[in-house]
Amino acid sequence: MDSNQVQVMNSPVDLKPEDFKKIGADEKQAEVIQRESISALRDAWQRLCANKLAMTALWVLGFIVVASILGPFISEWVHGYDYYSNDLLATNESPSATHWFGTDDLGRDMFVRTWMGARISLFVGLVAACIDLIIGVIYGGTMGFFGGRIDEIMNKFSEILYSIPYLLVTILLLVVLEPSLGTIILALTITGWINMSWIVRGEIMQLKNREFVLASRSMGAGSGRLLFRHLLPNAVGPIIVTVTLSVPNAIFAEAFLSFLGLGVQAPVASLGSMINDALTGWLYYPWRMLFPATVISLTMLAFNIFGDGLRDALDPKLKK
Amino acid sequence: MEPILQVKDLHVSFQVKGGEVKAVRGMNFEVGKGETVAIVGESGSGKSVTAQTIMRLIPSPPSIIRQGEILFQGQDMLKKTNKEMEAVRGKDIGMIFQDPMTSLNPTIKVGKQITEVLIKHQKMTAAQAKREGIEMLKLVGIKNAEARFNQYPHEFSGGMRQRVMIAIALACRPSLLIADEPTTALDVTIQAQIMDVMKEMQQRLGTSIILITHDLGVVAGMCDRVIVMYAGEVVETGTKWEIFKNPQHPYTKGLLRSMPRLDQKKGEPLIPIIGTPPDLIKPPIGCPFAARCEHAMKICEQIDPSATVFSDSHSARCWDLHPMAREGGQPS
Amino acid sequence: MSKNLIEVEGLKKYFNVGGGSVLKAVNDISFSIAEGETLGLVGESGCGKSTAGRTILRLYEPTGGSVRFNGVDINQLSPRKMKHMRRDMQMIFQDPYASLNPRFTVTDIIGEALDIHDMAGSRAERKKRVEDLLDMVGLNPDHATRYPHEFSGGQRQRIGIARALAVNPKFIICDEPISALDVSIQAQVVNLLKDLQDRLGLTYLFIAHDLSMVKHISDRVAVMYLGRIVELAESEELYANPLHPYTKTLLSAIPIPDPEIEANKKRILLDDHGNGPIHGKGDTAGGGLFDLDNSELVEVSKGHWVSMPKKG
Repeated sequence: MDSNQVQVMNSPVDLKPEDFKKIGADEKQAEVIQRESISALRDAWQRLCANKLAMTALWVLGFIVVASILGPFISEWVHGYDYYSNDLLATNESPSATHWFGTDDLGRDMFVRTWMGARISLFVGLVAACIDLIIGVIYGGTMGFFGGRIDEIMNKFSEILYSIPYLLVTILLLVVLEPSLGTIILALTITGWINMSWIVRGEIMQLKNREFVLASRSMGAGSGRLLFRHLLPNAVGPIIVTVTLSVPNAIFAEAFLSFLGLGVQAPVASLGSMINDALTGWLYYPWRMLFPATVISLTMLAFNIFGDGLRDALDPKLKK
Repeated sequence: MEPILQVKDLHVSFQVKGGEVKAVRGMNFEVGKGETVAIVGESGSGKSVTAQTIMRLIPSPPSIIRQGEILFQGQDMLKKTNKEMEAVRGKDIGMIFQDPMTSLNPTIKVGKQITEVLIKHQKMTAAQAKREGIEMLKLVGIKNAEARFNQYPHEFSGGMRQRVMIAIALACRPSLLIADEPTTALDVTIQAQIMDVMKEMQQRLGTSIILITHDLGVVAGMCDRVIVMYAGEVVETGTKWEIFKNPQHPYTKGLLRSMPRLDQKKGEPLIPIIGTPPDLIKPPIGCPFAARCEHAMKICEQIDPSATVFSDSHSARCWDLHPMAREGGQPS
Repeated sequence: MSKNLIEVEGLKKYFNVGGGSVLKAVNDISFSIAEGETLGLVGESGCGKSTAGRTILRLYEPTGGSVRFNGVDINQLSPRKMKHMRRDMQMIFQDPYASLNPRFTVTDIIGEALDIHDMAGSRAERKKRVEDLLDMVGLNPDHATRYPHEFSGGQRQRIGIARALAVNPKFIICDEPISALDVSIQAQVVNLLKDLQDRLGLTYLFIAHDLSMVKHISDRVAVMYLGRIVELAESEELYANPLHPYTKTLLSAIPIPDPEIEANKKRILLDDHGNGPIHGKGDTAGGGLFDLDNSELVEVSKGHWVSMPKKG
């Protein structure tokens, strides 16, 4: 291109006088923005879509969720197996056309039970994460927003709570209270929200000294507006990431407790208790362990990969 | 004058979402021995990218060096391996950055940061390096250099840190110093001191300096030659006298006019340059300044002008300087 | 001379910086600004000029002293009255990248003040008002639905100005409004501010470290050093006849875009003495002129005040 211009300059014959007609500058023209308009969230979504690994994880998660909702019904419609009915003539059968994931020691269909178990695990994980989110945002938001004395006291309290070994608390709770889904969720959330509250506190503290928050204060904005219109929306990235990463933690904790026999009680089964049941004969009937273990591993892996992808998408600074 | 650095037709781009930002678009310039050349331009004009490309410090990806040559003492810096570049950086070319708060490693004593380069490049012993390092600190005007040598960066003020940076950059007596906005983060009184230190060091060591800045005031006090950049291109270049006393490009003129001066009469309005620089993801085909230029002509939007030469040192790229602009255009 | 709109008296703002030490960021400053006037407040980083601006607007609660707006001491106002008062006092911030909420559209940024003070009216009225404001600051009203990160620095600063103007204030504190902008853009913003002042009769406190720009825009200039005002005078007078050694140093350090002047300039250098405002101690050099704890502002000629050692 450059060499072309030189030629033009060297052969002024090509130039006509009207080329030199004055047009001057146009103020409005000079202020036009050329790039397409895009909000920060849509930008993050586009970045996420470009991340193949995270998108694969999202698809896997989607598949697991759909399967845990529809899976039990499918097997019921196709073969007429339901969750409780046992068939003592067909115990410990290997996977076949009728029992896709085989059967357990009471002759119950493993396909139904695996997806029912996944349903319970996902339910526990999501509910626990939601409760962590609500308590964590309120508690952490209060600490970060008000600061000073309030922050000091509240922060000390959460540190004390955090320093108690969480397994001890959980096991105690499960022993004292009736073991049930509700108790498990309570046990998981009693200390689970602390991490979230610290994240929110840090974000709010950093944001509240930013000039746009000062600007809003200088216009007379009250605490509610500052917190809900300015501070929390700008902290939404780290909050979403923390939630996403706390779901697999809760799922794993539930599976672990169920595996120890402290979780949901028979005949209800979660993936953890199914693995526990399978332990007795796992050398002979490996599929009884394989399927629930695969589903739980895939779920956790997918959540973690997706959470990482979200982090990169929402906060591009972390990634070059 | 023998040039120690020649940059020829340099093109550098950045890969961003939605395209490629053409940050440097055909940069040509030379730096002579012992000369101070200022590259002046606004943020986004490509001046810092140029400096970082010379040092090969520019991260790739996202940056891509599209074409061009950077000849330093006859060798093309763009053809060197990373290992070879390491030997050049700090030894033959020194660099000072804008923010003295972040350009020193906070966990290493200041003295060690100076001796490191000396030991690496000059193969000095620790004792020699220490002697030399203290000498350098004294040269850049740090009092109590022996005691300061063993302190950490946080014990220094911003101006003092920038002095330390200068000492490190010049420790191996490089033949070229690139100073990327060295005083922008500093207060005016400190800025004046740092400029004095740089001038003095140059006289003592004969180093050539490329000074990247947006501050025309600093340029007037410090430099021999000025390169004015706009939208990734050199629009005008000349000695500082030519640029300040007889500017030819409308952008240079506009910049000088838009700055308030202490000797200006009260109530005299500033004459701003309207608009904003073009988005280099889609650079204009014609002259990049055309949209903001009051003298813009039809041709300015169609073809990027080439240089009109006024003297050995002074040239500018503007269609208004073309002979036909006077004849054909309507009188302004 | 018209009446004083703003009267600051003995304003102090101290911060506890831990370890029992107190940072006297603003240490007993007094000045007044007449209606329609621009007072420049200059000083180097850390001299307390930005803290002073924020304390005047009561974004920080002052440690002592008073700020009167139209004769009303704003530090005595109830929260409800203070909120109402904020309509009259606005601020333009330094960093056009940090001062706009990245999650708001331009309409919401400018409209926020209208919402807070119930001045928005219907949706259509709000939209109309925002578009008028954008037009007033020279921005394309079509860009009202865009987000701040899509604008250049100069354009963002205009959005910040439009936001400050939304509630029809009388007094605006401009806290280094141009220091983050490119040279070619600075003049645009300064001209805009001057133009708005003429059209709307605004009163400005213009905080900056760039002395040449401050001189250009201000009627009077106050020089701050270590939390105190060391000199205050009409801008022409201050630049023609600086009296305090700190003012002299500051003026001599400004680089001038003229090689001739630069070549012949003599600089007055101030030693890099380590005495910060934490110690509350100035230098004893300069004939006691830096011993700020024992100094007071003295009017040496009409309207020209200089910090001088107290007698006796």
